[in-house]
Amino acid sequence: MAAESFPNHFELFGLPQSFRVDRQRLDERYREMQRAVHPDRYVNASDAERRISAQQATQINEGYQTLKDPLRRGRYLLELVAGIDHNDEHRTTRDVRFLMEQMELREALAEVRDAPDKFAALGEIQQRISAELGSLEGEVGDLLDDAGTGNLAAAGELLMKMQFYRRLQDEAVELEMFLEDELA
Amino acid sequence: MALLQISEPGQATAPHQHRLAAGIDLGTTNSLVASVRSGVADTLPDRDGEHLLPSVVRYGAGQAAQVGHAALAAAVNDPLNTIASVKRLMGRGIADIRHIGTELPYEFVTGSSAMPLLHTVAGDVSPVEVSAEILRNLKLRAEQTLGGELDGVVITVPAYFDEAQRQATKDAGRLAGLNVLRLLNEPTAAAVAYGLDKGSEGVIAIYDLGGGTFDISILRLNQGVFEVMSTAGDTALGGDDMDRAVASWIMAQAGIRDDAGRSVMRHLMQLARQAKEALTTEQQVTVQIPHGVDGQWSGVLTRDSFNALIRPLVDKSMGPCRRALRDAGVRVDEVQTVVMVGGSTRVPLVRERVADFFKAEPMVDIDPDKVVAVGAAIQADILAGNKPDDEMLLLDVIPLSLGLETMGGLTEKIIPRNTTIPTARAQEFTTFKDGQTAMSLHVVQGERELVDDCRSLARFELRDIPPMVAGAARIRVAFQVDADGLLSVTAEEQTQGVKSSIEIKPSYGLTDREIETMLKDSMAHALEDRDVRRLREEQVEADRVLEALHAAMASDGEQLLEVDERAAIDVAAAHLAEARAGTDYRAIKRAIEALEKASSGYVERRMNSSIRKAMAGHAIDEFSK
Repeated sequence: MAAESFPNHFELFGLPQSFRVDRQRLDERYREMQRAVHPDRYVNASDAERRISAQQATQINEGYQTLKDPLRRGRYLLELVAGIDHNDEHRTTRDVRFLMEQMELREALAEVRDAPDKFAALGEIQQRISAELGSLEGEVGDLLDDAGTGNLAAAGELLMKMQFYRRLQDEAVELEMFLEDELA
Repeated sequence: MALLQISEPGQATAPHQHRLAAGIDLGTTNSLVASVRSGVADTLPDRDGEHLLPSVVRYGAGQAAQVGHAALAAAVNDPLNTIASVKRLMGRGIADIRHIGTELPYEFVTGSSAMPLLHTVAGDVSPVEVSAEILRNLKLRAEQTLGGELDGVVITVPAYFDEAQRQATKDAGRLAGLNVLRLLNEPTAAAVAYGLDKGSEGVIAIYDLGGGTFDISILRLNQGVFEVMSTAGDTALGGDDMDRAVASWIMAQAGIRDDAGRSVMRHLMQLARQAKEALTTEQQVTVQIPHGVDGQWSGVLTRDSFNALIRPLVDKSMGPCRRALRDAGVRVDEVQTVVMVGGSTRVPLVRERVADFFKAEPMVDIDPDKVVAVGAAIQADILAGNKPDDEMLLLDVIPLSLGLETMGGLTEKIIPRNTTIPTARAQEFTTFKDGQTAMSLHVVQGERELVDDCRSLARFELRDIPPMVAGAARIRVAFQVDADGLLSVTAEEQTQGVKSSIEIKPSYGLTDREIETMLKDSMAHALEDRDVRRLREEQVEADRVLEALHAAMASDGEQLLEVDERAAIDVAAAHLAEARAGTDYRAIKRAIEALEKASSGYVERRMNSSIRKAMAGHAIDEFSK
C-alpha cells in the first residue's frame, strides 16, 4: 500500500522535510500525481485498480491539504519529528501580552456592529489577524528550519497562537456573513 | 483500459474500439444529451431537430409515459399527471417539499420510504422514476443517433447538490439502464466546454443560473488540471422564480385571484416565460390573457419594470458569489474569466450585475443552454478512454460539510466543505454511559451547528461494544467520499475491533432492493436473453483482463514480479482462459476475480511505481534532508 511506500507526506511529494515549503513545487507535484492516479483515469479498470486509485488519490489529497496549510503543516511536522500531538485544543499559553491582545481583538470584533462603517471596521481587524498569522508563520520557520530541533516546544507554542488567530479569523468570517445577510 | 493498465496512465495497453459515450445535462426545465463525434462535441437533436428536451413527463393510464414537448403541451390541460421541474424534488423529503411545495400543483403521497411519491393516473411515482423517464428518452435518442448502445454517460448535477440529491440522480441513471461513469458538477462541465484547459491559466468563476437552481463556482486552472476551489449557491433560485414574479405581476394587474385553478396558473406561467424571453431583446412586451367580463386582459410590461420585479432575485445570487470567493481565498480582481451558464443568464439584468460584480465581461459564446451538456460529453469521452493522451483532469470538492450528531443535538464536522475528493477522514468518539453496548450514529450534512438545521443523511448503529466505564471505549468513525461525492461510513470499536459499516443511502434515496425491483420491472419486456447477454459481457471482460495483463507483464513483469507470484498469476490466467472458452458466465466471473486477487500486489506496485514516475526527473537528494 501507498502508506508503506511513502512513510510521510513530505516523501510522498518529494519535498524536503521542513516547515518552509516551495509552494509552487508542491502544487506542481500534486497535479502530476493526481494526473497519474486519479479515479477518472481508471473508470473502466478492474475493481482492484479502482479501489487502489481511490486510496492513492485520497492519500495525495490528504497530504496536499496538510502541506499547503502552514498551521496543519507545522503540527504535522512536530508530530513527525517529536511525536508531539499538537491537535490538543485545551493547551494554553502564559504569554500575557498575547492573551491581552486576543481579548482586545475579540472586543474589537464585538464592537464592529456598532461601528459607523461596519465592513471597514471588520476589514481592519481581518487585516490585523492576517498580519499576525504571517509573522507567526515566519517565526515558526525560523525556529524549526534554522535553529535546530532544540526549539520544538517553543514552535509548538507559536502554532498554538496561530490556532488562536485562526479561530478569530473564523469568527470574523461568520460576522461578515451575518452582516451580509443583514444587507440582503 | 483494463486491468493493470497503470504504468502509463491514460494510455491504452492495446488499441481498442471507440466507446460510445455521452454527456447528459439533466436540467430543471430542459435536458440535453451531447456526444463527441469526429472530435467535435455537440448536442444531439431529436427527430424533429430539437436539441432541448423539456424536462416534463406526462403519465397516462395504461400507456407509456410521454416525455418532452408532447408532455409540455399537455401540461395546461392535464396538470396533475404532467410532472415538470422534477429536479427540484430529487433527494428531498416530504418536509422539504411542503416547504417548496406550496407552489407545486402535484398531489403528494407518502410511500413506504421517506421519499415522497407523486400521485398520477398511472400510479404513484417517485421523483427518481420521473427523472429516469427523461434519461431513458435521451438514452434512446443518443443510441439512435450514434448507432449503438452507450458504453457510459456522465450526468451533470448542480455543484451545490447535497449527498441525497446526488444519490437520487445516480439512482435515476441506473434505473434508466445507464452506466453512469461520473456525476459531474455543472459549472465544471461549462469550463470544460469552453476548452479553458487549452491555453488559459488562472482563476475562473462560473455563474450558473438555470431554471430552478443557482450555482457559483470558483475554479483554478493550471496545466490542464481544473481544481474546484469553492462552490456555493441556492438550490431554490432560478428562472422559474422570475416567471413566478412576472405571473404574480400579471395576476395583480389583471385582478386574477390566487385560487384561479391549476390550468390558469400553468397558462400564466407560460405567458410569464414568454414575456421574460421577449424582454431579452425587446424594451417592452404586451401580455394578453383571457379574463374578466371583456373576455380579455391586456397589459404592457417594460424591461425596466421587469428588472424591478426580478432585481431581488438577481441580488440574491450575489451573496453566494461573495461566499464562494471568500471560501476560495481569492479576491474579486483575481478572477480572470467569468463563464455564463443556464438559460436565465440571457436576461440582460443578470449579465449586467455579474459583469459589475466580477468587473469582467462574462463569456457567452457557447449557447448557455447547451454548454453544460457539451462539457459533460467531453468528459464522458475522456472517461470512456477515447482520448488517452488528454491531459485534462477535474479535481472536485464536496459542497457541504459532512459530520455526525453528538450529544445535545450538535453537529461535529468530520469533513469540511470544499475538501477535494476523493477524501477520507476519521475521528474517535466514546461512550456516554457506563456499560453502554451500542452507539447510534447519525450522519448529517450542512454547515449549521444544530443537527436539526442540517440534512439528515442516514442513521446506523454500532452494536456489541464491550461494556466499559463511560469514556473508555474508543470508537473510530471513518468517512470516505468517492470521486462522485458519494459517502460511505464505517465505525469500529478500537479495543475489541467490533465493526459496523454502511454505504450511505440518504434517507430520501432508494434502497438497492427498490432499484433492483424497478430495474426488473422495466426489463420484463426486454427481448434479450439475459444469460446470453451476461455471458457475452463476461467474455469481453475476460479478454480485456487477459490482454492487459499480458501487455503489463511484458513491459515490467521482470522487475516487479517475484517468481512464485508470477507462477500464481500464470495459473490464474490459464484458469480464466479455460473458463472463457466455456459457456458458464459465473465461472468466468469467478476466474476473473481469482486472477485479480492473484495480481493485486503487482497492481499496487505498478501504481506506486507510476507515482514515482510522475515525480521522475526530480533529484533524489531533495527527498531526504
